[in-house]
Amino acid sequence: MKFLEIAIKDLRAEFRTKQMLNSMMIFALLVIVIFSYAFGNEATLEVKVLNTKVVDLLAPGMLWIAFTFAGMLGLSRSFASEKEEGCLEGLKLCPVDRSEIYNGKVISNIVLMFLMEITTIPVFIVLFSYDIKNIPGLLVVVVIGTFGFIFVGTLLSALTVNTRTREILLPVILFPVLIPVILSAVTATGTMLSSGEFSDIAGELQILAVYDVIFFVVAQLVFEYTIED
Amino acid sequence: MLKKILFALTAVLILVSSYLVFFYAQVPINPQETGANPNDFKIFYFHLPIAISSYLAFAIVFIASVLYLRSKQQKWDIAAVSAAEVGVILTFLTLVSGSVWIRAGAWACNCWWVPWDVRLNTSLVLFLIYLSYLMVRQAVEEPEKRARLSAVFGIVGFIGVPLSYMSIRLWTKATLHPVMEFHPTSNMLLTILLNFAAYFLLVVLLIVLKIGNEQLKEKLNEIKREKGL
Repeated sequence: MKFLEIAIKDLRAEFRTKQMLNSMMIFALLVIVIFSYAFGNEATLEVKVLNTKVVDLLAPGMLWIAFTFAGMLGLSRSFASEKEEGCLEGLKLCPVDRSEIYNGKVISNIVLMFLMEITTIPVFIVLFSYDIKNIPGLLVVVVIGTFGFIFVGTLLSALTVNTRTREILLPVILFPVLIPVILSAVTATGTMLSSGEFSDIAGELQILAVYDVIFFVVAQLVFEYTIED
Repeated sequence: MLKKILFALTAVLILVSSYLVFFYAQVPINPQETGANPNDFKIFYFHLPIAISSYLAFAIVFIASVLYLRSKQQKWDIAAVSAAEVGVILTFLTLVSGSVWIRAGAWACNCWWVPWDVRLNTSLVLFLIYLSYLMVRQAVEEPEKRARLSAVFGIVGFIGVPLSYMSIRLWTKATLHPVMEFHPTSNMLLTILLNFAAYFLLVVLLIVLKIGNEQLKEKLNEIKREKGL
């Protein structure tokens, strides 16, 4: 359970300044606000052919753009902050398996992501006067999607921290790998927002779960190579 | 010598199989066909083998990356980068040939691209994943670190291949690509199999040539270092 210590250390350092958390939350809110302003009144129009409102079609993509872009801010700092003062060397000296460092980082990143998401969804509801049909279902999708995002994101964050252009490179290499998560999460979120049947998203949940498992296992195996010298 | 034989064999096979495509293979009656000229189905004989051989190239990247992390021998790194470059070119050709086929009449939209088709999108994502693989390599200078980090990404990025292959089964609603229930006549079968053989050989040939290139580059660097240039 050494990874919990690492996660707690990260979170304690984070909550002292709340630097990352504040910028992630504010960024996500800004994305939602910009969308709400850009779509304006058109969002409430009816789409006759599909028997929905415009906002129903846009909402899932909008939410996930806010989540992934804000999450990217946190991920890119996750290992970069360890570069200062040789903290990464200190972590590597810990008498634990290297993958414990990864697990610890995953947990602290997930906590930050959840806090950001929990504040973003109410703002979304308010700004679009939106009525979510299946809130527990939405939470399940968001949780599983976030796991996938963080499992891959933390690994690639560790990978890019040793490169020349780290902050720029991370989104460029992370988004293509994330496409399965984003595709399925957006579709599943759309169903949960509008019609709300759990059985309709079984396929998407399956893809997300398989993706999560694959990348969790792969990361356990290859993480040590990303930080070794 | 072996290279020359391989080269000759590939050249002959490509010529023969292309001849078969244009002058021997039948054009099946395709219910989706809308173009003025049903002969545009013949793109299929190039499109499918090129797509599958790009998967082959990426599988080589994956295997070479795993072997590199296990043994830390530079030859595996060279094999991985050579296969990745060949794979990127082949994926690009897949996208182009598919796009031309759509425009020629595979789909009644008079367009080059069908944005809702999952196979198109996942293939594009595959292309982007391996472009970012090449970007990871550019972002690191020290050869050992470059090999190690790109090997990790070569393993992670391989998710794109099963994703692209399975996409039409996972998201069944939205694709132009049929799941193969192919009942070809014998001359179609011969043509497609010969094309497969030709393009598999082409992949192997290109990778072998590229490996030779990279080895020469290494030698050059070594000599430069010795002479202090």
